[in-house]
Amino acid sequence: MQITMTVNGKEMTREAEPRVLLVHHIREGLGLTGTHWGCDTSNCGTCVVLMDGQPVKACTVLAAMAAGHDIRTVEGLANGATLDPVQQGFMEEHGLQCGFCTPGMMLTARALLDKNPDPDETEIREAISGQICRCTGYATIVRSIRWAAEHPATEEVSV
Amino acid sequence: MQISAPFDYARAESVDDAIALLERHGPEARVLAGGHSLLPMMKLRLARPEWLIDINDLAELDFITEAPDMVRIGAMTRHTTLLESPVMARLFPIVADAERVIADPVVRNRGTIGGSLCQADPAEDLSTVCDVLRAKAVIRGAAGKRVIEISELRRGPYETSVAQNELLTEIRLPVRARSGSAYEKVERRVGDWAVAAAGASVVLAADGRIEDVAIGLTAVGLEGTAHRAEDSLRGQVPSEELFTAAGRLAAEDCNPVEDQRGPVDYKRHLADELTRRVLRRACALAAQRG
Repeated sequence: MQITMTVNGKEMTREAEPRVLLVHHIREGLGLTGTHWGCDTSNCGTCVVLMDGQPVKACTVLAAMAAGHDIRTVEGLANGATLDPVQQGFMEEHGLQCGFCTPGMMLTARALLDKNPDPDETEIREAISGQICRCTGYATIVRSIRWAAEHPATEEVSV
Repeated sequence: MQISAPFDYARAESVDDAIALLERHGPEARVLAGGHSLLPMMKLRLARPEWLIDINDLAELDFITEAPDMVRIGAMTRHTTLLESPVMARLFPIVADAERVIADPVVRNRGTIGGSLCQADPAEDLSTVCDVLRAKAVIRGAAGKRVIEISELRRGPYETSVAQNELLTEIRLPVRARSGSAYEKVERRVGDWAVAAAGASVVLAADGRIEDVAIGLTAVGLEGTAHRAEDSLRGQVPSEELFTAAGRLAAEDCNPVEDQRGPVDYKRHLADELTRRVLRRACALAAQRG
């Protein structure tokens, strides 16, 4: 079937079988490999993307279900050379080591800050409680998101 | 890679359209709500529908409407919406108690109350919540709509009385004065299914006695509510002794099985302890609202 969705502000149409999951559609169909594919069982949360602004686990959403909807992936966080404050925060506070959980963590953080610009540590921990990090632990991720809350607009940086 | 067997996909544009699609595609068509139970089951080939009828676009089924005697909840209302609803927090605190411990915040953005009830998992928290709130379910089919007691909805594990060509569209919760409710769950880790959980709803009479009470248990093999425990409380003044006796009766009447979440005696102990806790809180809340 033809599947058309808006991805990072751009309308994209691809052919896909109804059984194709959104995570595979984004990675293989659209070639956006920033979204990671992890546990496949809606536990680990590395495949989180924003669907109409809300974090969803893309391993448990069919691409067909996302047709007509607005999808934002990690590639859509930065604005040109200007990083999203969340990305900047992960750099400043060492929010990642291997980077596998990072795209999902950052998108959940973005959605949290859009809804609640000044979350406390408990609210941040609750927001990311459906996602797993196996190297830095969560303390630096929480600090990274707090950094983003405290610096809602970041300067242009060279990356 | 976990990918389901092939199927055809149709997106319903209205409730009538969904029912027409179910009629047209017959017994191998399944309704796709939030998808967080059905899609995992399809990946594991525990379910193998030939057609999926996606009802996620049905905004007409996403509502919480308060009337003096009843709150109506659309079947496609997401867990997150229920958790954050001020109406639910004020009238049915048990809903937020349960929603807070259902899966995780990202999954709660997709999962729906209608999907949860129709999945009818024996460990489904919202089944217990709706049982103790004495909910009614509204079911629509080609011939029209019918309203049933929630106790008539679940037929057994993963089985409901919603026919293949019907759609659960709405849950109705009766609003009662001087009522309180609470839910408590023990899970191995955040987001897991319950090892055991208990829910209670209490209505106090003007003199402070327990006028009506419902106690439900999750994941420990209790069909319906805990009738003997409820009978022991009706007409009595709430007290610790009473809650202790009721907890014992509820634990005796459930029928847990040993699995990776724990042995029988541990689950029975939880049923007892959690029943006492939810009764304590539900009575306190009911007294506050008096």
